[in-house]
Amino acid sequence: MNKSKFLENKANEIRKETLLIHKRAIETRVASSLSPIEVFVALYYGGVLKYDPKIPLWENRDRFVISKGHGSISMYPILADLGFFDKSELENVCKPGSFLGGIPDPIIPGYETINGSLGHGLGVASGMAVALRAKGSDASVFVLVGDGELNEGSNWEAIMFAAHHRLDNLIVIVDDNKASMLDFTKNILDTSPLSKRFEAFGFECFSVEGHDVGAVQKSLLSLKEMKTAKPKVLFAQTIKGKGVPFLETHPLSHILSLKPDEIDEIVRGIDERN
Amino acid sequence: MNAIKPKAMRDVFIETLISKMEEDKTIFFLSADFGSPALDKLRELYPDRFINVGIAEQNLINVATGLALEGFKVYAYAIAPFITMRCYEQIRVNLSVLSQIRPMCVNIIGVGAGFSYDMSGPTHHCLEDLSIMGTLPNITVFSPSDYSSAEHYVNETLKIGIRYLRFDAKPLFNIEAQEEIDFAQGFRVVKAGEVGVIISTGYMTHKALEYANKLQLVGKNVGVIDLFLPSTFNYESLEKALRGYDVLISLEEGIGNAGGLDSKILHFINTIKLSKFYTPLAMHGKYSFEIGSRDSLHEHFDMGLQNIIRALKGHDD
Repeated sequence: MNKSKFLENKANEIRKETLLIHKRAIETRVASSLSPIEVFVALYYGGVLKYDPKIPLWENRDRFVISKGHGSISMYPILADLGFFDKSELENVCKPGSFLGGIPDPIIPGYETINGSLGHGLGVASGMAVALRAKGSDASVFVLVGDGELNEGSNWEAIMFAAHHRLDNLIVIVDDNKASMLDFTKNILDTSPLSKRFEAFGFECFSVEGHDVGAVQKSLLSLKEMKTAKPKVLFAQTIKGKGVPFLETHPLSHILSLKPDEIDEIVRGIDERN
Repeated sequence: MNAIKPKAMRDVFIETLISKMEEDKTIFFLSADFGSPALDKLRELYPDRFINVGIAEQNLINVATGLALEGFKVYAYAIAPFITMRCYEQIRVNLSVLSQIRPMCVNIIGVGAGFSYDMSGPTHHCLEDLSIMGTLPNITVFSPSDYSSAEHYVNETLKIGIRYLRFDAKPLFNIEAQEEIDFAQGFRVVKAGEVGVIISTGYMTHKALEYANKLQLVGKNVGVIDLFLPSTFNYESLEKALRGYDVLISLEEGIGNAGGLDSKILHFINTIKLSKFYTPLAMHGKYSFEIGSRDSLHEHFDMGLQNIIRALKGHDD
């Protein structure tokens, strides 16, 4: 099997697992967890991130800060699959005593920082990037933010900071899924064109079809190697609720849940296509 | 230490920190475009471990967090009301909450406690920090009354932990106290008394001592206790220090009945089950737009000498 097909299969598997977690734990934010799946798969299975599941805080790892934490339930099956924790834990999401909650916390092996509140990750990641440079480390810092999250002004303080300090070991990934909580982002605060804004602030800007996992992998590998004396941003053009037609077009997808029979039908569809 | 001349706490603290930076390469200093003469020296000597993040307190705390997670001992420095209130949620989420599972070393240094910036109006008066910072778990609040206390605290700040250091902006004389600084106790007896005792923190310990000295002249021997760790002082030790006093007065440049020094004392009294006549002297719930000296602001908010005398008389009556 070629690498692209492997990554596609893995993305399908993770999408299916994410939906099944949602079936067991209705509190999870399913739509915003479906949009970054190909980004996660490319990072973890595509040879982009350096990591060691047995030593989650291994000094030489690449740092991956997930700022839109509530939208990363799809990380649970990835971390379990890679051995950061036992797969059986996936049965316990949101159950009393589990460490896998509706919003992931850094008590979960593999999570770098806390992320339940939006607008923090990019600044923290910038601090990590400064620290790694000061330590002479060649590790990179990746940070995932949502396009709706970029309404938070703290992000723009960090963006100015990262550009001023030429943090070329910092790679921002925007899960550009075009939807926030109560509406599509363009109807709340229209921040388009985001790339021109980042460019004006001093970033190198790139865009990729965010559900083409092979393309995402290629972009991320290329950005990691690129030395431009500037921080970089990759806009992953994604769809909130990707894989669930009902969610993909709904402005309120963020707060919608799926019924068990709807999930079963979608999962059957994924199985049939593969 | 003898009181020779007044000094700003921040300068003495930073001077002492500079002396540690040669040996300890993990010390990193961040400022939100706020300076001091000693900081000029620090950034000249260690430009690779100093960053002015600009007027951006939210990012100041977030960058500090990132550095600290990577093992640096971080100092985040700005004007007190801004470094506590503009970025309160960053402090709560990334320092108070996160440090509970990811131990790290971050020292938030706020300059301008209370009415330090007396002429600058309510935006620069810092009257809420004791309560809002004291309410956050995993954060130690340090509220020194003089530069010697600040200097001694430098070694504490090199340890793992999150601390908020509230420094007065004005140069102040050292206080000649009866007891040495002991961070395990969190307070020191400045002056022993008989008819009552004033518990104060920060700059107000100077005022408490001034009032006590004036009252001494008219035959009233009032004690003074300097509470420099207002959220984490040793209850048992303070209870011992208060034995023999019937009257207890707290004095703070902060809003009363809002979680500040008075609330800490009330919790202490309730926990220890002390039977004392207690008068909290603090600002009532309004800001001040008055242009005036620090003393006049104290008078305006019923925190002056006459109010101390009234508190003592109240007991006598």
